[in-house]
Amino acid sequence: MSGLSSSSDAPVLVVDGMNVDIAVPAGALHAVSDVSFSVRPKETLCLVGESGCGKTITSLALMRLLPRTATLTARKIAFEGHDLAKISERAMARLRGYRIGMIFQDPMTSLNPVYTIGNQLEEVYLRHHRGASRKQARERAEYLLSRVGIINAGQRLGQFPHQLSGGLRQRMMIAMMLMCEPALIIADEPTTALDVTVQVQILQLLRGLQDEFNMAMILITHNLGVVARTADQVAVMYAGRVVEQGSAEDVFHNPAHPYTRGLLECMPKHGQAASMGRLGSIPGIVPSLVGNQRGCSFRNRCSLQMPTCHEGQIDLRPARGDHFYRCLLEPGATKPRPVSLGSAA
Amino acid sequence: MLRFFVRRLIIALCVAITVSIIGFSLLRLSGDLASVLAGENASPEDIARIAINYGLDRPFYIQYLDWVTSALRGDLGRSLFTSEPVSELIMDRIGVTGGLAISALILALLVAVPLGVLAAVKANTWWDRAALIFSVAGQATPNFWLALIFILVFAVQLRWVPVSGSGSIAHFILPVVTLAVSIMPSTMRLTRAGMMEVLSSDYVRTARAKGLSPFKVLFKHALRNAILPVVSLAAVQLGFLLGGSVIVESIFALNGIGYLAFQSIVRVDFPVVQSILVFLSCAYIVLTLLSDLINAKLDPRVQLR
Repeated sequence: MSGLSSSSDAPVLVVDGMNVDIAVPAGALHAVSDVSFSVRPKETLCLVGESGCGKTITSLALMRLLPRTATLTARKIAFEGHDLAKISERAMARLRGYRIGMIFQDPMTSLNPVYTIGNQLEEVYLRHHRGASRKQARERAEYLLSRVGIINAGQRLGQFPHQLSGGLRQRMMIAMMLMCEPALIIADEPTTALDVTVQVQILQLLRGLQDEFNMAMILITHNLGVVARTADQVAVMYAGRVVEQGSAEDVFHNPAHPYTRGLLECMPKHGQAASMGRLGSIPGIVPSLVGNQRGCSFRNRCSLQMPTCHEGQIDLRPARGDHFYRCLLEPGATKPRPVSLGSAA
Repeated sequence: MLRFFVRRLIIALCVAITVSIIGFSLLRLSGDLASVLAGENASPEDIARIAINYGLDRPFYIQYLDWVTSALRGDLGRSLFTSEPVSELIMDRIGVTGGLAISALILALLVAVPLGVLAAVKANTWWDRAALIFSVAGQATPNFWLALIFILVFAVQLRWVPVSGSGSIAHFILPVVTLAVSIMPSTMRLTRAGMMEVLSSDYVRTARAKGLSPFKVLFKHALRNAILPVVSLAAVQLGFLLGGSVIVESIFALNGIGYLAFQSIVRVDFPVVQSILVFLSCAYIVLTLLSDLINAKLDPRVQLR
């Protein structure tokens, strides 16, 4: 919806050629390979994929909160004049919670059990606003709690996380990350741990606040329903790579990659009765990411596999305009290419 | 908070009563006190006279009730050996033992907690291994051996501190260090384990995602959670130090409760022994209660349990 109106704005974040390798006993695990994307103010980019496809590692890499065994490299990660791949840890800490906020999956474990909600909200503000008084921080905290839909905000400030429901805790988490009005918010499966009824409320809240605070958002999810509800741009990840990338409309209506089509078939369609048969599923599991990757990482689960899928490096290529995919077939092909056209003929 | 406190207090009282009964019974089960007191060659008449004299001929529960009621009035009886009131004997020595135990605990915490934090932050590095070696060595070294080595090195060779006695603060340095070293390893390992767990927790990641300084992440968000089990352990250790410093008190000739207990056992001075037993148990119970209260103060979730 905001895709057109904000297309003239410069991107808040430009990620170019980001890789994350994790040292494991068997060698280097390529958790994220050659990921590039950008997000503009008020725009939502959804990173979609199965568990283990590198979504969360991507988000942690942007926050520079990767585990110690991981190494991040990138041509650049441009954010407000900084290169997040290169700035010092001190400089990065000054951006976290201030210009970039992050919302985590499980609100039950992501809040410190021994400090009050007020304390945990105020400390973000006090950290990033030198000379601000406790009173100012408290007022800001109270305002944001009421802004994320928590009633009796003043009273809630004195409570501890265990006294709140999961939905309220996630609202509190959102309020905490908005204390300093960041330009970019990264939400890693923000609704996965919540009741279905609460999920919708939280998503609507996030979209509303995003418009109000003029924020760019990267939303990580495996739930295509969430993507359909929120995304302007979509990047589908598989085995650490982006396999398809484009506007939500293009990706949903004209999926170019066999994996994306498989994912969409796994999703119950609106109005589809239970009697209309089984939901689709993609057979097989995500391949190991240790060692050198050759060819298409999806090929072993792909019904359209061809001999050429095993070879070389497959680049992202345009399907149409700003819509990219990583496959040797024509966009949206439903049959493998005739053997006569392939190199193995 | 008040309900929590009252509930814990009632539990503590029940434990105290049970312990006093068990302690009292054990002493009487250990043999016929009257004949032990009378000596090997005593005649049956002598034994009977002694039994009547000390009230040992009465039924067991009467003896217990009699002892408890006078104990509640502050009268713990008199020592069979010195005829001094037992309460005075204990009060005279509680300062030495208490001071020793508390100083040793404080010293141990001051060393072991920062070391545990360091070992966790620098997990699997040279620092961590050094801390591990220190703790294994500390755990494996017997108290008395360490005490003797300390005396040899610091008192006899270097003459920095006096060998034994309790005349000045300097007399307490070696005993305090000896006791502290004996409880450091467990405290350090528990702090390290707690920190390791907490540092990988989601809320510490959140704290870092808020841009907080490493210092705040470590000491405000992580340590406060990691220290909770250490508080409980410290209470147990203090109890252990109060009752278990017999050897150290003997070596350094410090006139404390442990030493008194040791002497009284040797002399079959049963009024003193049973009073020390119950006194130390009560100290243990009070310490446990105290650690529960500190934990409740540190962790708001505790009161719900």
